[in-house]
Amino acid sequence: MIAVFESKKMPLVKTVVNGKHIEVERDRWALDVLLEMGVAVPTLCHHPAVEPYGACRLCVVEARKGKWTWLTTSCDLQIREGLNIETDTPSVIRSRRMSMELILSRAPHVESLQRLAADLGVGRPRFGPHYDIGKCILCGLCVRVCDRLIGASAISFVGRGRRRSVTTPFGAASESCTGCGACIAVCPTGHIRSFVEESALNIETWNTRLEMIDCKVCGTPFTAAKLLESVQGRLGKGGSLERVCSKCRRLQMCKRLGEAFHQV
Amino acid sequence: MKLDLKSVDQIIGKYDGEDSWLVMILQDVQDKYNYLPECALGRVAESLKIPLSRVHSVATFYSSFSLAERGRHLIRVCDGTACHLRGFTHIKEEISRHLGISEGQTTKDKVFTLDVVACLGACALAPVMAVDGRCYGNMNAEKVRVVLDLYRREKRH
Ligand code: SF4
Ligand code: FES
Ligand code: FES
Repeated sequence: MIAVFESKKMPLVKTVVNGKHIEVERDRWALDVLLEMGVAVPTLCHHPAVEPYGACRLCVVEARKGKWTWLTTSCDLQIREGLNIETDTPSVIRSRRMSMELILSRAPHVESLQRLAADLGVGRPRFGPHYDIGKCILCGLCVRVCDRLIGASAISFVGRGRRRSVTTPFGAASESCTGCGACIAVCPTGHIRSFVEESALNIETWNTRLEMIDCKVCGTPFTAAKLLESVQGRLGKGGSLERVCSKCRRLQMCKRLGEAFHQV
Repeated sequence: MKLDLKSVDQIIGKYDGEDSWLVMILQDVQDKYNYLPECALGRVAESLKIPLSRVHSVATFYSSFSLAERGRHLIRVCDGTACHLRGFTHIKEEISRHLGISEGQTTKDKVFTLDVVACLGACALAPVMAVDGRCYGNMNAEKVRVVLDLYRREKRH
């Protein structure tokens, strides 16, 4: 389940972006190309570490090829010969605003969303959630990262329509969550809550509690035991992990560097 | 609850343990148990070597799957456009009154479960209800009682 990103050399093809003629490797994601060119494109469900998903619809652009024009998400659009991309036509702006308003209406109090909305000229959403759904906007980043990168597949989308949510199987404590925190790191809204209590890591949103390991230098619990185990498993015999927290490790490193310096 | 999972193993065997048959496997499991028991989903995930989260996701996506125990007979009242206009509300109320359950519930004796669906594809016969996949058209309160009693009596033999 762990993704491998190949980089095959592809032939260069001619494309036009906002009237500018460029040559790009065939099949590259249009969004990556746009961002590299410095074109501002709003995104919420995109992360370079996982493959595109096309959930938030904020990255829409107007694509044209021959006589065909269509509105499409750029994160999952692949560059081809003769593709013409426009990023600020009236229909692109209208579409982005509508998507943003719908997203914001799910979680109107999330600051990062408010800021993005303001950038797009969207104020208070006309619609509102009629029940408590937390801050989740269903971008699917946590699900993809947990499944494709970490390989734990602890969470998934559950239900459909307005009852769709992200959770562990049956909402119970997850057996496969290692407490790596990758979901928390990628979540654009801060929906996933966690805290440390009595040397246990609680990922509250996933109803999961994991025992932690104490740093052998300072004694503070610093990581979930299960995470250490799984990383060690991946390393195999290739290396062994020291049970030292990052703070103490940095200190040790400084000391060692200092000693080395004085020896010269 | 302890369940005999042998039937689950048999069903999975029938599909050579291939995960691309997941939906069909779940359908067969539901046919067998009348709903999708939690432990059965666990067994499916284990045998197909796919994450439980994926099985759970699929099982909750399709409205024809149920994770809650259901009655022996599944009543689906149609609230599609045609049926809605031609008296869905009355039909549903009559069923509720007659059986003492509302939408999504199961009778205490585990005989009936009531679901509301959007269009059964027999709009010309609106209002429509279906029991165990069998369609009953042009419904009215009287006919609702007759049909339900038919199924209830069936239980006695
Ligand atoms: S919890 Fe966060 S990362 Fe996961 S789907 Fe919701 S908004 Fe996206
Ligand atoms: S970034 Fe393309 S749809 Fe969300
Ligand atoms: S609306 Fe009821 S069958 Fe179509």
